[in-house]
Amino acid sequence: MEDRKKRWVHALIGVWTAVVLLFFFLPIAAVIISSFSKSRYFRFPMKEWSFKWYDETINANLTENLHLTSLYVAGCVALIALVLGFFGALAFARYDWKGRILYQRLIMLPVFFPQAVLGLALLLWFTYIGVLPTWEAAVFAHLVWIAPIVTLVISIQVYGFDVSQEEAAYDLGANRWQVFWEVTLPALAPGLFSGGLFAFLLSWGNFPLSTYTTGADSTVTEWLYTKMSSGYTPMIPTMGAFSVYGSVIILFAAYIFLVAHRRRAAKRL
Amino acid sequence: MSTIIDKTPPLLPQPTALQSFGLWLRQPGFLTSMPILILFLAGFVGPLVIVLGFSFLPERTFGFHGEWTVENYVHILTESYYISFLWSFGLATATVACCLLISYPVSYGLAKVFGRWAAPIMLLLVIPLFVSENVRLFGWYILLLKGGGIFAGITKELFGFNTGTMLYSNGTTLLGMVYVYLPYTLFPTTLGLSLVPRDQVDAAGDLGANRFQIFREVELPVAMPGILIGSLLTFVLAVGAISEAKVLGGANTVVISHSIQHEFTYAQNWPLGSSISMFAILITGVLVVYVMHRLDLDRLLGRR
Repeated sequence: MEDRKKRWVHALIGVWTAVVLLFFFLPIAAVIISSFSKSRYFRFPMKEWSFKWYDETINANLTENLHLTSLYVAGCVALIALVLGFFGALAFARYDWKGRILYQRLIMLPVFFPQAVLGLALLLWFTYIGVLPTWEAAVFAHLVWIAPIVTLVISIQVYGFDVSQEEAAYDLGANRWQVFWEVTLPALAPGLFSGGLFAFLLSWGNFPLSTYTTGADSTVTEWLYTKMSSGYTPMIPTMGAFSVYGSVIILFAAYIFLVAHRRRAAKRL
Repeated sequence: MSTIIDKTPPLLPQPTALQSFGLWLRQPGFLTSMPILILFLAGFVGPLVIVLGFSFLPERTFGFHGEWTVENYVHILTESYYISFLWSFGLATATVACCLLISYPVSYGLAKVFGRWAAPIMLLLVIPLFVSENVRLFGWYILLLKGGGIFAGITKELFGFNTGTMLYSNGTTLLGMVYVYLPYTLFPTTLGLSLVPRDQVDAAGDLGANRFQIFREVELPVAMPGILIGSLLTFVLAVGAISEAKVLGGANTVVISHSIQHEFTYAQNWPLGSSISMFAILITGVLVVYVMHRLDLDRLLGRR
């Protein structure tokens, strides 16, 4: 009796999860469907399916510029956030030091902060200290929000790291650098990997911080917002679809890489 | 400082205040925290100080020239700005409530029911988080578009009647916000629920507790930090939301970030924009500090 009831509850939870997944993917599917529409104004059911707007979008000069800017920003953010996050995570989770608890709470503050307000505050700050808003400034702005998140992600890995491994390596005569390269770094690699991935993708999709700090350089998300708030342009769905494909490809590649890595690690043992 | 001195055995020479400060600076933890602390100072504290400064400047000035005033704050309190504050905080509260209700069963499933399927399901749930929110909101726009949207198209084909538009209402804005911020509630809640030990739940069940009692007395207290972090994150992000109301809500909802954006761009009144920002910062800040104060981040993130 109890078990049957439990099975029902579990089935319900499964169904509910499926509904939530559907809810998650519905609008993404809508963007992809509409990107195949041939007409200038979107109507559903669509009269003709075509790649017309894919052609137009790929051949437009601005497509390349927008994507390059987004890529530059996301790439730089991921690299710098990894370095900052690595050291930040050691301070967050590895060492016991006076002031750690305060530090943990302080660096989380930018994450729990309305992003649009943060973007504007940074714009004022840049104006005040004389930094021109460019994509480099946007990298800095993204870092303020993303570096703490990467720190958190890596910290989870650091908490699971057994410090005695390092001590054993020292006892066996390894020096500081050898311990770092051959013990600490490999042990934290999965955390660093997901931290970098998070940084890249969050920066790639960010809008509220970019909009105030990129100045004349426009990212894909900024272009989408500007076009959307002035109505429907047939290039919006295609441009949106591109960014969906990009994220999905990166995520799946990362997932397959991680699974393969784990298999290899399991074989070695 | 005093605790360091307390720990030193009385016979040894006492380090001076300067020396113990030097020792504190040389802790490996402090050294490794430096890079991100510098970023925190230059990218967060600095900008906030400037916003605070600007909020006390006279109307439409663009630099610090020695005049200070509280006019902006008086202006905000006497004009009808409280309406957009109410909208923002009301919408954010509603978003948090909806997100919690929707995500709790899913989190429970991920933490306790799905087993080895949890990882792939998690991956599927993560994907939308990494598609820019503007793209996803545009998806809703296409789904709900008047006459030609996908929902309208389907009802017309299948049932033969016209639906009006669902766009440009407060309900749609809420839908958009719940949709965009759901992952931010979902993942911390899952983290919290995965901390609930199975034996405790079983023990409570064996002792005759019903499902609701187990939920209230066992699950909720243990999972609370995760739920709190998720709700807080969702609330703060929702307060700062710009695109949802603009894309789906049309012109009839003016949220606080629109008021701020308006002052900074069209109206070119930075001091007023800054002081509206300060109100938003204060309210969310008090909430964040209060919640953070009650959390043990070490335990939540799985320190052994």
